[in-house]
Amino acid sequence: MLILSIDTSAIASAALLTGEGQTLTAFATEDTRTHAEVLAPGIRALLDESGIRPDQLDALVVGVGPGPFTGLRSGIATARTLAFAWHKPLHGVMSLDAVAADAAPAARAAGHTEFLVATDARRREVYWARYGTDGSGWPVLLDGPHVGPAAELPPLPAYGRGAGIYQDQLDAVAGFGQLQPTAEALGRTAAARLSHGVPLLDTTPLYLRESDAKVPGPRKRAL
Amino acid sequence: MNREKPLVLGIESSCDETGVGIVRGDELLANTVSSSMEEHVRFGGVIPEIASRAHLDAMIPTLRQALDEAGVTLDEVDALAVTSGPGLAGALMVGVCAAKALALATGKPLFAINHLVAHIGVGLLDGGELPQNLGALLVSGGHTEILRVKSITDDVELLGSTIDDAAGEAYDKVARILGLGYPGGPAIDRLSREGNPKAIRFPRGLSQPKYMGSAEAPGPHRYDWSFSGLKTAVARCVEQYEAAGEAVPVADIAASFQEAVVDVITAKAMLACTEHGITNLLLGGGVAANSRLRALTEERCAAHGISLRVPPINLCTDNGAMVAALGAQVVMAGAGPSGLTFAPDSSMPVTSVHL
Ligand SMILES: [Zn+2]
Repeated sequence: MLILSIDTSAIASAALLTGEGQTLTAFATEDTRTHAEVLAPGIRALLDESGIRPDQLDALVVGVGPGPFTGLRSGIATARTLAFAWHKPLHGVMSLDAVAADAAPAARAAGHTEFLVATDARRREVYWARYGTDGSGWPVLLDGPHVGPAAELPPLPAYGRGAGIYQDQLDAVAGFGQLQPTAEALGRTAAARLSHGVPLLDTTPLYLRESDAKVPGPRKRAL
Repeated sequence: MNREKPLVLGIESSCDETGVGIVRGDELLANTVSSSMEEHVRFGGVIPEIASRAHLDAMIPTLRQALDEAGVTLDEVDALAVTSGPGLAGALMVGVCAAKALALATGKPLFAINHLVAHIGVGLLDGGELPQNLGALLVSGGHTEILRVKSITDDVELLGSTIDDAAGEAYDKVARILGLGYPGGPAIDRLSREGNPKAIRFPRGLSQPKYMGSAEAPGPHRYDWSFSGLKTAVARCVEQYEAAGEAVPVADIAASFQEAVVDVITAKAMLACTEHGITNLLLGGGVAANSRLRALTEERCAAHGISLRVPPINLCTDNGAMVAALGAQVVMAGAGPSGLTFAPDSSMPVTSVHL
């Protein structure tokens, strides 16, 4: 099985993986604001480098957030359009699961049975979720995703860029304060679930916030 | 690439319409538009984030429908075109990402197209070749411009534009003041027929000599418009009636407001045309549907010996066919594609017809 994975919930990234979750090739940017520029050329380069033809792909997966809206939509719009043009199945994965996948071995090694994942939601808030590490399998989502101020999160070890930014308010785990969701980790999660017959999500974006628009009140009458 | 009569698919997402159009040369094959207008009604204006969310949801269904309507497959398409600006940044992003993904998936060349120039290019789908000495007056909820078109593919010049609100935006704001709902244009146009356009003299923005100057020594805003003062003047006017305890003459205010907008738009457009040797004018943008704007533009064009062309209204409002139409012209002119690395540009100048 071959999977093309895409995530733009924070940074822009894409990866080609096998059904066993082995990465064949991947790219990730540092930047969180140039998704529309780098994503399509990045995916083209992955295909070129690996020599994999689109018709060899079995499925696409995309991170559905939460993440800053415009960036998040870049990845979902790209993935939906590629899946449409290539006639391939497309699945969604909650983007914080990617950070959880990268954090789980360390959390397990440290004996944490529960931990938090937090990413930057801007406006002095984080996107976050709570995971469990029971057993030896994949981290299990226990609660979330949510958006809110870091100070309001449960007191658990926290992984991810959101924890790095608000380390004064969170129990940020050292060495994980820069960790962002990547298409590689997202693809590994998806591959594991697909091979175990665990259903994935559709590609509805998890915005978690309203559009901020205010319905205007009635005009004040001059009296 | 077929540069004779290329089959071009165009994507538009600069404001609140998700459009996919397909043309073969200057022949229209499909023009599918999904609008999020209904979702903006309760806000009285386009909310960018709501428009962007709607674009994401509408993009694939609109694409599929356009291909079905045209009876063509993606494989058959010669080139892709997309609006890369000007427009709402987040909204543009959705169309640009979808277009890049299509280009990546199919290997077809992609052309990043200027939305304003596409409003002119759409004229080719209705009546073929564009005349010489061409100008374009574009009036919509997002823009108000007068342009000179020497070459639709590589020489377009901005002569004047609004310095604040677009005309359509002014209609929306005044309709709200008058309690007429959204969108304001059709509501005010309808009510104006029952009112006296001379009842109240509302200001014509940027018309004072210090802004106008003369033909020889043009002032700083000779061909520019401003509509924010007009909106304030309407609000003042309504308040005065209310303060005096009198009934607000809504139809007269609507008609007088409309007259002020249409008068200043057409007067300055005529000035720009006559002073730049423009003898053929194309009217475009959603406000081209306004009955008074059409009538007065016709009247004043006739008086100045300018021929007027107004595309059918479904081609005047934002759509993908206009992007495809201009894309086809750019392909036929032999231009190279834009690649996959360009960024959407919310303030893309008309001097870049394509990237
Ligand atoms: Zn427009």
